[in-house]
Amino acid sequence: MNNFSKVRSVHQKLSNLFRKGVCKVLQVGPIPTHVAFIMNGNRRYDQKLNLAKGTGHSIGILVMLTMLMHCCDLGIRYVTVYAFSIDNFKRKPEEVERVMDLLKFTFELLSEKNSIANLYSVKFHFAGNLDLLSEPVKNAAKELMANTVNNSKAVFTFCVAYTSTDEMVSAIREACDERRRAMQEPKKTDENYGLTKPVEVVDIEKHMYMAIAPHPDIVVRTAGENRLSNFLLWQTACSQLYSTPTLWPEVNFWHLVLAVLNFQRNHFYLDKQKKLLEMLL
Amino acid sequence: MLSLRLAIPTVNTLSPPKPKPKSGLVQTASNQTEIFPSRVSVPKRYGYKLQAATTDVANEEISVAGEFSEEEEELPEGLNKELMPKHVAVIMDGNGRWARQRGLPTSAGHEAGVRSLRELVELCCRWGIQVLTVFAFSYENWIRPKVEVDFLLSLFERTLKSELDTTSRGGIRISVIGDSSKLPASLQELIHDVEETTKDNSRLQLIVAVSYSGKYDVVQACRSIAEKAKHGNIQLEDINESLIEQELETNCTEFPYPDLLIRTSGELRVSNFLLWQLAYTELVFVQQLWPDFGKDEFVEALTSYQQRQRRYGGRHS
Repeated sequence: MNNFSKVRSVHQKLSNLFRKGVCKVLQVGPIPTHVAFIMNGNRRYDQKLNLAKGTGHSIGILVMLTMLMHCCDLGIRYVTVYAFSIDNFKRKPEEVERVMDLLKFTFELLSEKNSIANLYSVKFHFAGNLDLLSEPVKNAAKELMANTVNNSKAVFTFCVAYTSTDEMVSAIREACDERRRAMQEPKKTDENYGLTKPVEVVDIEKHMYMAIAPHPDIVVRTAGENRLSNFLLWQTACSQLYSTPTLWPEVNFWHLVLAVLNFQRNHFYLDKQKKLLEMLL
Repeated sequence: MLSLRLAIPTVNTLSPPKPKPKSGLVQTASNQTEIFPSRVSVPKRYGYKLQAATTDVANEEISVAGEFSEEEEELPEGLNKELMPKHVAVIMDGNGRWARQRGLPTSAGHEAGVRSLRELVELCCRWGIQVLTVFAFSYENWIRPKVEVDFLLSLFERTLKSELDTTSRGGIRISVIGDSSKLPASLQELIHDVEETTKDNSRLQLIVAVSYSGKYDVVQACRSIAEKAKHGNIQLEDINESLIEQELETNCTEFPYPDLLIRTSGELRVSNFLLWQLAYTELVFVQQLWPDFGKDEFVEALTSYQQRQRRYGGRHS
């Protein structure tokens, strides 16, 4: 090893140690259970640095995996990312195909034995209308889910071919279907079941793609925009929204630290409100 | 609020705005020339123009129980008429904190809040905004002390009664959304009367969300769809986004989706307000408390809104 790589490896070890130290400090306070990311700004990154089209998205995926590792280090159990919206199908076919290929490559990479999925024991889950994806991508996604189903330390959800309104429509359809089937079943002991029992919040929630995770504590949106863009509308009713002007490929550990600190500031008040609400309603 | 601000210069390429036929919303064409931190700040070039606007305020008389002027007013400098939002939603947060800062009881804060609301309604009328939705009382607010809740409901009743004349003459249509079953009977009756009396007005629609929860809005839409499905009026396959949109409580208006949501007092959350309808809404978080939110702050929020590039998931260029 020459001098430069020695210095770099020492620097990396020190940085890792420092990051772990910061994690320990943050863990003294409450840590969010679920963080969601809207990974915005990949194409602007290409334009900013005059890169070839699509480089921003590739770097974005790497950053996404790095952020997943940072979240695991901090002890955040659920991470969700907005990878591809149903609205994004409106973009140019070359761009859509490029992103789809990149996603397929990522899923295959993560399915391998020594990927970070198994290193950090992360279960991968998909939220969205997967039938809108092409067969190879859909199969790669299903394989990744199957390969990581036994991992239990963290759950990472890819929102692909997802919009929140589509998720709610599908949940409502299934809730109505469940009611209809319950009415038609003669075996139910309570004969009024399904006829008089009105639909409740829990009935819709259990059919959501995101039923696997609790509601996000924080939603982080990059590239400076302040909107939800049809992402987790139902689940983010009481989440902290955090918007940073940094583009997604430039996001790093310190943005996550700031978002968590922000969460910790408001956590006790919000937690108290939630408990009072449960007692009352 | 905390945010890392790194200057990212973006090119300002102006091209004529192309009207997009989606829910009657117009796309903005100008790129963001200023990074938008979570704290609203007006770009320097608008600074001097806003000062000109504020001197106009001193000359106008905004009386508390005022009349609404008939003509549409000229917009303040810096605001583009074509880019004005059709539907503005507001979360009126911060009355309690405002009162505490001044050593007053919470009720004084809420009354100051009502004055702010009157001013905002008048501005919306004058500037051609068609729908204004305000989050007056959330379903979660029922956990507040009974004294405060009773005061709020009686304040709401008094305000409705006293403003009925003014709003009718001003051409304002009032609609109330939310779970009214928990409200006192006198208030429920008053709401019904006010809605009936003002239902033909068309200058501005003021939607007041009282005892409202975004989740329960979707649940009640689901219940009515389930009823229809039970009676065979619709099939499961017919359930889609526009059917749900028709069943939500915001079906009382032609523009159910807000273009702009303003939340005061610096809190960065949506708090269970209009969940479905906020899918593509631009969010503006303002540091000022609600009683301090006036014309200047509204112009700032509108300016910030007009600078944003709305793409709805697609791409420009």
